[in-house]
Amino acid sequence: MSIHEWFKKKKLEKEGAYVRERLDIPGNLWVKCYKCSQAIYTKELEENLKVCPKCGYHFKLTHFERINQLVDQNTFKEINANIKSVNFLNFTDSKSYTKRIEDAIAKSSLKDAIVTGTGKLGGKDAALGVMDFSYMGGSMGSVVGEKIARLIELAIEKKIPVLIFSSSGGARMQEGIMSLMQMAKTSAALGRLRENRLPYVSVITDPTTGGTSASFAMLGDINIAEPGALIGFAGPRVIEQTIRQKLPPGFQRAEYLLEHGMVDVVCERKALKDTLVKILRWFDEKE
Amino acid sequence: MKKNDPVKNLLPFEKPLVELYEKWEELKRLSGQSKINMDEEIRLLEKRIEATRRDIFTQLSPLQIVQIARHMQRPTTLDYIEQVFDNFVELHGDRNFADDPAMVAGIAKLDGRSVVVIGHQKGKTTKENIARNFGMANPEGYRKALRIMRIAERNEKPIIALIDTPGAYPGIGAEERGQAEAIAKNLREMAELTVPFISVITGEGGSGGALGIGMGNRVLMLEYAIYSVISPEGCASILFRNAARANEAAVAMKITAKDLLELGVIDEIIKEPAGGAHNNFAASAANLKSAIMNNLEPLLSLSHRELIAHRYNKFRNMGIFEEG
Repeated sequence: MSIHEWFKKKKLEKEGAYVRERLDIPGNLWVKCYKCSQAIYTKELEENLKVCPKCGYHFKLTHFERINQLVDQNTFKEINANIKSVNFLNFTDSKSYTKRIEDAIAKSSLKDAIVTGTGKLGGKDAALGVMDFSYMGGSMGSVVGEKIARLIELAIEKKIPVLIFSSSGGARMQEGIMSLMQMAKTSAALGRLRENRLPYVSVITDPTTGGTSASFAMLGDINIAEPGALIGFAGPRVIEQTIRQKLPPGFQRAEYLLEHGMVDVVCERKALKDTLVKILRWFDEKE
Repeated sequence: MKKNDPVKNLLPFEKPLVELYEKWEELKRLSGQSKINMDEEIRLLEKRIEATRRDIFTQLSPLQIVQIARHMQRPTTLDYIEQVFDNFVELHGDRNFADDPAMVAGIAKLDGRSVVVIGHQKGKTTKENIARNFGMANPEGYRKALRIMRIAERNEKPIIALIDTPGAYPGIGAEERGQAEAIAKNLREMAELTVPFISVITGEGGSGGALGIGMGNRVLMLEYAIYSVISPEGCASILFRNAARANEAAVAMKITAKDLLELGVIDEIIKEPAGGAHNNFAASAANLKSAIMNNLEPLLSLSHRELIAHRYNKFRNMGIFEEG
């Protein structure tokens, strides 16, 4: 690394643009917070729902951790677990999409970037979609689109609300135009849900950008964001390159979106379950 | 409409034509000056130009098609509106924040029938392009489009959308005013429209910015238009880590009309005149008009419910995966 690159990296780190985190927190006793750089005792971090006890930075959660934290014990039932991505365009960049799929499955022990199913929160039934950034950056391809559409259709059939937790860089480029079409498909399904007068709560977590934000993630009757989450249409680097200006502080963070009227609530992780349960109980007044 | 200068409008890969055109002009000049009749020679040369052009155009690479789709002289939405529709009244503004010059919308007649027409608007000069933000709409553009679609719906008029954009604008204001939300909402609402809806990709179909007005019952595409999730340059710089590898990205992503017809993402390809739409505005407008009319006809007899179901099923079935 040249000295120039080193300075650039330091600058970016300072601005928080380069918050790089390893999702698999190593078996070490201590981890370093990506935001405040303080050492945290791993167990303490986990007990604190993977929120830095010192600065409140919200670490990314895997689908497994998210479900464990929020869904009533032993109530989650996965559906459509066996839908798998295929390399129908024969797409190869630095490696083939086929290999990428294999690697992603091995890395995340997931079949694709979302897990869907039904479960209870505070005793209330909901159709749940939980994205996982560790599978190819949570990108949306045919499988993510199909699973979301089926989830929504199931919710309509069962007359239950839909909750989707997004964490996604956007459309999956390896599926070309077909990934774009998933935006149409998921949004159309949400239109049907709405016609059926069933609620949809979108929980937007770090990061949610591109085709995911420009479809189901921003369409909640209620949009909830986790603190500090990066949420936007275009990524910050693309914007910077286009307009050749420095971005304002806090740009595209959850709090910034709250200020600009794009989300209803910025909710800390420790209060998330309570908030969701309150919302579900508001929609369904039956005991 | 002014006639285009054939040589000036040639793209780099059409280089073999430059020399032929120069000879042709020379012959014409000579024929005008002298008494010798050179009509035969001119005719032969014209035939050769056409044959050479055909040769070039039968083996275009995807990236060459990208260049045609982005040609500065390619007919824009307003050009098509002028040639295809009558009695156009442009309607402005999203009633909320501003009018977006990168998106035009209005009411018009199509062969005597009242319709609504919406489209991205690019410029043909740098000055025009700056005024039109290079056809990159802001949230207010998408919101205006939806407002006009609603007028169509309330009045039972079909909607025609012409798509030609590099993408939705990635700017600070666009983000602050909810670019993602504006597009997402359009997608959801378009799926529920109770009137016939035809969208046509006329030039660049740039990702979510294109899809934001693109959920027609029928999706048509001009022969040398492109439609993709990201620009070939963007894809190359992210996945191939080198923007110069745009050619590979363009091939890999399948962005041409022919590829998209095979994938089932579009329903029909609209032929372009020899050398691309910019070579003959009138002919490309005529092709566009007849394609819109042919595709609209069967939709006119469908009920509200059938139109919604037709559109829902169309997009619901898009996606390729394995199960089991």
